[in-house]
Amino acid sequence: MEMLWFWLVSVMVAIYVVMDGFDFGAGILHLVVAKTNEERREVLGAIGPLWDGNEVWLLAGGGSLFLAFPKVLASGFSGFYLAMWLVVWCLMARGISIEFRSHLQDGLWRRFWDASFTFASVLLPVLLGAALGNVLRGVPVDGSGYFEMALWTNFRLGPQPGILDWYTVLIGVFALVTVTAHGALFLAWKTEGAVHERCKGLALSLWGLVLVLWVVSSYATSVVNPGIFHNLPKAPLAWVATLIFLAGLGLVFVGAKRERFLMAFVGSGAFILGLLAASAACVYPVMLRSTLGPQFDLTAQNASVGLHGLRTGLVWWLIGFPIAIGYIAFLFRFHRGKVKAAVEGEGY
Amino acid sequence: MGDPLFWHRLQFGFTATYHYLFPQLTMGLALVIVVLKAMGLRTGEARYNDAARFWIRIFGINFAVGVVTGIPLEFQFGTNWAKFSRLSGGIIGQTLGMEGMFAFFLESSFLGMLIWGEKKLSPKGHFGAALALWIGSWLSGYFIIATNAFMQHPVGYTVAADGTLQLTSFWAFLLNPWALGQYAHNMIAAVVTGSFVVAAIGAFWTLKGIHPEQAKLNLRVGTIMGLIFSVLVAFPTGDIQGKLVAKYQPISLAAMEGRFESGPRANLTLVGQPDVARRRIENPIQVPAMLSFIAYGSFSSDVKGLLEFPEDQWPQNIELLYYSFHIMAGLGTIMIALMGLAALLLWKGRLDTARPMLWVLMLAFPFPYIATTAGWAVAEFGRQPWLIYGVLRTVHGASPTVNAGHTAFTTLGFAGIFVVLSVLWLFLIGREISHGPVSHTSKA
Repeated sequence: MEMLWFWLVSVMVAIYVVMDGFDFGAGILHLVVAKTNEERREVLGAIGPLWDGNEVWLLAGGGSLFLAFPKVLASGFSGFYLAMWLVVWCLMARGISIEFRSHLQDGLWRRFWDASFTFASVLLPVLLGAALGNVLRGVPVDGSGYFEMALWTNFRLGPQPGILDWYTVLIGVFALVTVTAHGALFLAWKTEGAVHERCKGLALSLWGLVLVLWVVSSYATSVVNPGIFHNLPKAPLAWVATLIFLAGLGLVFVGAKRERFLMAFVGSGAFILGLLAASAACVYPVMLRSTLGPQFDLTAQNASVGLHGLRTGLVWWLIGFPIAIGYIAFLFRFHRGKVKAAVEGEGY
Repeated sequence: MGDPLFWHRLQFGFTATYHYLFPQLTMGLALVIVVLKAMGLRTGEARYNDAARFWIRIFGINFAVGVVTGIPLEFQFGTNWAKFSRLSGGIIGQTLGMEGMFAFFLESSFLGMLIWGEKKLSPKGHFGAALALWIGSWLSGYFIIATNAFMQHPVGYTVAADGTLQLTSFWAFLLNPWALGQYAHNMIAAVVTGSFVVAAIGAFWTLKGIHPEQAKLNLRVGTIMGLIFSVLVAFPTGDIQGKLVAKYQPISLAAMEGRFESGPRANLTLVGQPDVARRRIENPIQVPAMLSFIAYGSFSSDVKGLLEFPEDQWPQNIELLYYSFHIMAGLGTIMIALMGLAALLLWKGRLDTARPMLWVLMLAFPFPYIATTAGWAVAEFGRQPWLIYGVLRTVHGASPTVNAGHTAFTTLGFAGIFVVLSVLWLFLIGREISHGPVSHTSKA
């Protein structure tokens, strides 16, 4: 049951990254690929009806972590205190920017919200990527089950690492480039005209960069956490996940070459989902690795709540999850086709 | 700056209070919008849909601010109250997870449809989206109240060997009697907020002489819903809530009423100042034996006073609790009277021209905001010194590794963000109100 919940939480988080990833990407790119106000409204129109649904995956995923592994949540959230609040403030800035921008037709007003939207969209994947980096590298959890970390130290690894060091920043940059490339494919799929052309041009070179960073990050991960690939030979799920992300990568390049951008976008989603699943399979059952010694690791077993709570959660999760997927399918169908910039004063 | 607990409490109280200014309006407006869309469907008149469209725009702005101010609250459980989360996550994580899964997806999907879909959807489809949004926002409210209810009156759990709380009965937890009572009281109060705002805008337009048809419609809807729900908020739901406090938190009840001595035929204090040092109420105006009746249903019931309990069990700020409760109850009474008078004038057909009454309606919209804020202060200060009533003291719930300076820093950060948000909100809402409703049938 603990293993099942480990996977449920991982899947929820991975879906969050895939879903919010493309609107992060659109946010990062929109000043680059959309030059006129009309074009920007096209980009925002593409993600406008979808982004807050995407963000719900974060809250639902966080809720799952809370109910199944509260010790991990308590330790991680309080240990990453300042970084967590940076994440929250960026989430707030993004939400407000995209909602408020449309309410006033004024150049200065819009430039301000465009800038704050871009800034938050860039910072968030870096922070979330760095968070993943911390989980992979390990944090100084001790016998009390808690830890405290500086936001950054001297950027070197060691017994007292900071939240940001060279490794976690590298993973942050990898995450940033990956969601940007993911967003480029989404926009190439949903738009037409000038925006479409620019995204198309960017997508392939971005994906080239993703490939390079993926190789570098994988090597770096094996340096900071030498045990991480030891699970591979005996973890069938890791192989399945690896197949998924490699197939996704193939779809990205084939789709982009043949100008079938829905296919490429699905491929990039599969790449992110598979890569995260493979990471989860490699670290299982450790959820928060301790740099002070494996006896302090928070694992799916020692951090989970009682069986009754997990079973109860599973029942409503099995009801809720298909409904949530249903809403998304409905929403994508409802907003299907290429976006057109809406009439001024309506929607975004 | 030394005490981290002070900053943790200040931050949570501050962010939660600010956050709740927005959902109370959206939860109330969600029902108003459903009513307007239903009237539009039934009568086929465009003015109902025009009004609904205006309120959907107001809803949208408030919803956005409500969402972004709500995110920090979910994070604070882990960042600021790590020990509490570690202990009780297996239980309150259930409702918080369910809120995401069952309520937020519903709300976020259908709000988009309500805003962008009017031309794409049939009138019935658009009404359906309004209905879904209403259900979503009210479900969300239930999950949060159920979470709070576990902290007020914990049920359905046992304490495991390692000290953590384990769920034993999901249904006992979800259908906590405290949750049911508080939910009814709270949601009806949200509709009161919505109705007062609708009536205030109607009054404003009437006084300004703009959008006459819409002004009349909003006045009517706001006044009728306002009267019905102001009464419901006091009786039966406020009464039920009072009896729950009397039954499960008698110390809080004593503090709310500033009652120190125990005994039968307890008086209800209408006005007076509690003097905790001298253990009495100064300058009281009281209704004899009324408190016994309200709390336990009989004039001769025994109502315990604070002196009956050890002092370390008393809520820490008895004065604040006392005044919050009296502000809530007092404003509640005034609001019933106000809406009663407005409804009477409406019935006589004189509300549109009764300028003094319109002025009062326009200026009275903060009343429900103040009353609900005070109401939550009663609930939360009344729970002290406990974080989970009778189980975990607040001093034992905070994060052990987060220092006061960090928490002070983030609290100030929130203060700054909220100032900016408030200015933007006022500006945008002000614009929407002066624009008024846009009719799809007219050329505007």
